[in-house]
Amino acid sequence: MDELLKLLKNNAKESPENLAKLLGQPVEAISEKIEEYEAAGIIQGYQTVINEDKLEDGPVTAVIEVRLTAEREGGFNRIAERISRFPEVRSAYLMSGGYDLLLFVGGKTLNEVASFVSEKLSPLSGVVGTGTHFMLKTYKRNDVLMHTPDENERPQISP
Amino acid sequence: MKTNAPKSLRDRIAAHVRDIPRSGIRDFFDIVSSRDDVISLGVGEPDFVTPWHIREAAITALEQGVTSYTSNFGLLSLRKELSSYVKGLIGVEYSADREILVTVGVSEAMDLALRALIEPGDEVLYHEPCYVSYNPIITFAHGVPVKIETSVENSFRLTRAQLEEKVTEKTKVLILNFPTNPTGAVLSRKETEEIAAFAIEHDLIVLSDEIYGELSYDVQHSSILAVPGMRERTVYLHGFSKAWAMTGFRLGFSCAPPELTEAMMKIHQYTMLCAPVLSQRAALEALQNPAEDIAGMRESYAARRNYMHSAFQEMGVECFLPGGAFYMFPTIGKFGLSSYDFAMKLLEEENVAVVPGTAFGACGEGSVRCCFATAFDDLKEAMPRIARFVSRLS
Repeated sequence: MDELLKLLKNNAKESPENLAKLLGQPVEAISEKIEEYEAAGIIQGYQTVINEDKLEDGPVTAVIEVRLTAEREGGFNRIAERISRFPEVRSAYLMSGGYDLLLFVGGKTLNEVASFVSEKLSPLSGVVGTGTHFMLKTYKRNDVLMHTPDENERPQISP
Repeated sequence: MKTNAPKSLRDRIAAHVRDIPRSGIRDFFDIVSSRDDVISLGVGEPDFVTPWHIREAAITALEQGVTSYTSNFGLLSLRKELSSYVKGLIGVEYSADREILVTVGVSEAMDLALRALIEPGDEVLYHEPCYVSYNPIITFAHGVPVKIETSVENSFRLTRAQLEEKVTEKTKVLILNFPTNPTGAVLSRKETEEIAAFAIEHDLIVLSDEIYGELSYDVQHSSILAVPGMRERTVYLHGFSKAWAMTGFRLGFSCAPPELTEAMMKIHQYTMLCAPVLSQRAALEALQNPAEDIAGMRESYAARRNYMHSAFQEMGVECFLPGGAFYMFPTIGKFGLSSYDFAMKLLEEENVAVVPGTAFGACGEGSVRCCFATAFDDLKEAMPRIARFVSRLS
């Protein structure tokens, strides 16, 4: 991964001016490069890392293992893409091992997520079985530690 | 019988210790510590925490009950890794059995080397601005510190002409620190060869503190150790504090011919005994599983160096672009304030801490040291504050 992508991955809000200074390149070159990445689909979007545990009305998240039936043409693609389109599904990954699809599903309440599984996901043709695990606490998301207190007493001046 | 009046405690302290002034850094630290919400560019260490796999190795060692002394030389497994590492880095091989000593930081290794070599009256050459300890520890070893002043006009380099000017019959040791704290100066291969030729001609022992060796940004670090004829007269000093972000582990090492290592070892075994075993185990992990630790941190420092340098240029402050380490040493003399007053006023008016250049020797007057191993969010806040401050001085 190039240096510009690393910096953006760390902070998508960093201004092109600062990125240019950090990388010792002209601002125009940085802006062009970002546009190229966006056009090529390497940068798909920009999101905020939210510690949802701190929200009073934070969502309930479930991790769901889904076993699928492969189709003659296209394998799991069609059904996996169909499942991915549900707004409740935040992330979906094809997996090796004991199940085929790993979903991260969000909802306002535990009931809402449970309803999604029983009423929308399980009845789908091609879904053989599901295993649902509710997340209790997030320790780390997208490389960011969520609850680590900084107890490091660094001196402010040292040789 | 007449008894003398009892001496004060202060008068009982050895003169060569008593007469050393308090470090300028300590004075300034006391002032900074008394203030809230300071953005500090005054630290001399990485802003990274030690990589997790290294911390984890220390934790595992503790869980396993690894709490005993080690060989005075340090764990043999670590010395073997150090031997391979130095060979890979510089191309010079040392025997793990007889030529490598694991110490409590590079500071201890430097102190041991000086005490092993210096007899009262021997002169030690060193270049300023420099790390705050060199002058005092030469004095503690009963040597005579002989400073060579480098300047921004010469990119803080050390030239043979300067060395020739200061060398005498009594000169025994030359201390080098490239890349340099606080200036970030580096030497080219040609320059190290010139210094090496000088050391050989005058039969000097060179103590080469290369703690920032891995943190070179534009060109590969050039060690004097790699120059033919230098292995037998060099004590190579290195440690884990900077490149691996392990300052608190206090772990360094020296590589030197057996006679020198043995002499340093004599002092080490009677004073320190051995470096802490948990730190040694952490260092072993750092070398055995290097991952991308150093490269990743170096990349990050380089970006922040670029940012800080262009920020100083934009505000019209002349600033040498450091080739290594993680400090910038901008020239602030034109604003009509001493380094200390500049740092004090900047602290008082904008709550940004930088270290007065004079903490690193008198020739640091006219500069301040700013550490760019500082969180980028802090740099983004600190640099505009400094810009605001200097615009008021202009």
